[in-house]
Amino acid sequence: MSPTSATSQARELLGVSSLTNKALRTWLYGLPGVDQVGLEGRAAALATRSIKTDSKAWAIDTAIGMIDLTTLEGADTPGKVRSLCAKAELPDPTDLSTPQVAAVCVYGDLVGVAKDALRGSDINVAAVATAFPSGRATLPVKLADTRDAVEAGADEVDMVIDRGAFLAGDYRLVFDQIAAVKQACARPDDAPDAHLKVILETGELATYDNVRRASWLAMLAGADFIKTSTGKIQPAATMPVTLLMLEAVRDWRELTGAMVGVKPAGGIRTSKDALRYLVMVSEIAGDDWLTPQWFRFGASSLLTDLLLQRQKLRTGAYSGADYVTID
Amino acid sequence: MTPKFEYAPAPESRSVVDIASSYGLFIGGDFVDPTDGKSFKTVNPATEEKLADVSEASAADVDKAVRAARRAYDRTWSRMSGAERGKYLYRIARLLQERAREFAVLETLDNGKPIKESRDVDVPTAAAHFFYHAGWADKLEYAGLGPAPKSLGVVGQVIPWNFPLLMLAWKIAPALATGNTVVLKPAETTPLTALLFAEVCRQADLPPGVVNIVTGAGPTGQAIVDHPGVDKIAFTGSTDVGKAIARAVAGTRKRVTLELGGKAANIVFDDAAIDQAVEGIVNGIFFNQGHVCCAGSRLLVQESIADDVVHRLQRRLRTLRVGDPMDKNTDVGAINSAAQLARITELTDAGVAEGAQRWSPDVELPKRGYWFAPTVFTGVSQTHRIAREEIFGPVLSVLTFRTPDEAVAKANNTPYGLSAGIWSEKGSRILAIADKLRAGVVWANTFNRFDPTSPFGGYKESGYGREGGRQGLAAYLDTEGTH
Repeated sequence: MSPTSATSQARELLGVSSLTNKALRTWLYGLPGVDQVGLEGRAAALATRSIKTDSKAWAIDTAIGMIDLTTLEGADTPGKVRSLCAKAELPDPTDLSTPQVAAVCVYGDLVGVAKDALRGSDINVAAVATAFPSGRATLPVKLADTRDAVEAGADEVDMVIDRGAFLAGDYRLVFDQIAAVKQACARPDDAPDAHLKVILETGELATYDNVRRASWLAMLAGADFIKTSTGKIQPAATMPVTLLMLEAVRDWRELTGAMVGVKPAGGIRTSKDALRYLVMVSEIAGDDWLTPQWFRFGASSLLTDLLLQRQKLRTGAYSGADYVTID
Repeated sequence: MTPKFEYAPAPESRSVVDIASSYGLFIGGDFVDPTDGKSFKTVNPATEEKLADVSEASAADVDKAVRAARRAYDRTWSRMSGAERGKYLYRIARLLQERAREFAVLETLDNGKPIKESRDVDVPTAAAHFFYHAGWADKLEYAGLGPAPKSLGVVGQVIPWNFPLLMLAWKIAPALATGNTVVLKPAETTPLTALLFAEVCRQADLPPGVVNIVTGAGPTGQAIVDHPGVDKIAFTGSTDVGKAIARAVAGTRKRVTLELGGKAANIVFDDAAIDQAVEGIVNGIFFNQGHVCCAGSRLLVQESIADDVVHRLQRRLRTLRVGDPMDKNTDVGAINSAAQLARITELTDAGVAEGAQRWSPDVELPKRGYWFAPTVFTGVSQTHRIAREEIFGPVLSVLTFRTPDEAVAKANNTPYGLSAGIWSEKGSRILAIADKLRAGVVWANTFNRFDPTSPFGGYKESGYGREGGRQGLAAYLDTEGTH
């Protein structure tokens, strides 16, 4: 979708002749407010769901299949990425029935290495782009960053929004950048476009009202996924923030008929946490979102704990960290 | 095909609690048989299975209990320092925490409420009530109720079946902290946690007779109310019984506090945080199957957002899990008794007959036991019985309003006045509306929140007197020195 068509679609949805900052502001501020106490209370209540036996086994496998196995360090090397890819393909060498993860997420310059390593598998390669994690670069640089990753074969692009522009009230700028990056994710002819995940960096947006507005702005601009965090800022993903974003995609679907995915990232480390997120997906957005196509976990260490719990369910005994491969 | 996240059964273990086959009356620190040997059974409303035989106290038994309470008052409790009384209350509070799981399971078995509520609300809040009042026991002179507030003597307390242990705590904790002794009657359908509490009193070495628990139905309660040795009556229950009590004690020296029925308005303005308001509506009326005197049973929603709110509410109700109260994932449990189920059925039938539109989510109710699906009526008018009468069940009546003044007028247009809720993101509006609502408790952007520090009680036919907080102490103290 070109930025022009994104703009004209947005104009139609907002019922305005020109997509000005004022028009966007009026629309975003027309969304219902978020009561912090109530939102956090709802998330805490859902966290008390008790997931046992068969449903636990199902949820653990589902969660493994939703992981974007991530390494985003300055010290990443081809060797590190290859071993991560090997783990993505074969998470538990002692149990070949273990599902594979959804994607491997790396910096743009390592997309080629990951693509080579995952050749022949169904696992996607996701690249962070647009001057990740701060997003402080000009649009041409962000677009070049994106095209680079797409040309190297990235199946998915995780971009960051310009939080500075958002906090300054320049919603049109945020919108335009998302729409432009979305266009840079396109591939010619029949080749599939890279899917665009838009990182809101909710830890820097600070208020729940802002998270709701940023979610709607990103969906309006063409996001395929909305993602909580880069993992570089605290707090990263939290249950209330994710719950709020699940409400946003649920309501967006009722408004437009289109589904948008949700990806909490950063800070989700235990199986118990992952199961609580799946409960939220089921009870807030609905079971339609319970597939890797519409829900992902951005995580590095979560997989290890899911595998430990999976082994425990299978064998009845806890093994220990040394019985799960580190990468 | 879309997968479905089915939660496997997650039942709480029943084995943590021992239920005796029969129970005596707790009088003077011992379990004793009733004088005329009568008993009645208490059942699990989720299965109709009998749990235990419970003694039915006659007027003679009540007399024994009042005498025991008087003896304990004269010889021990009224002479004890506040600091010493506080120690007993702290001990009881800690024992409630230690035995929390036991109490929660027993409450759910006897009452039918979901285990997650008895575990996360009833029992912890009951313990909190004892902790709070334990702290007051040696500080009564500084409560702003006069320089030397005095205890009243023997207090007769009659409590309902909707929060059996929590209502017991609301009654016993302030009575003991202020130096009174107690004869308490739990409701006939839910006596078991009160009898377990009697065991806790013994475990805490509470002096015999300070707390006496007599089980029975209406006549037992009446014997307490009519007993000349009782100095004060504290009652929580229906407005009809409350009126009868007020008539019975008129012209006597007895003091009375009454916490009665309600038909609370939960007012949602167009600028509310809608998703959280929907949660508040659900919590307001479906918490504890709607067996809550302060339940938000009338939803007053601004007409401009009514369709959206009802749509979101219905979507939310489809995710409620109705069924086995012992399952940790159950949101809505069983109706407490066949009689209550009949009352709810009668009123909802009247709602349909009077022209309101009835809606329930598609839920499969268990075959045995007393069950009622969460129900929402739209198109309700103030004239309908379902808008005026307390249903005391999982039934919400939705009414609309156009302006803030109309919201206030409709909210106040009831003989009751226990509680109300306001949902708005505008602080000034919340304060202005709260000022105009004739209700004892007004929640803003929340509902059904209870805290021992906050006084609770009604206006109009919802009763008089306050429970909790500094104001709640006044109900158990002679503050004028005229007693």
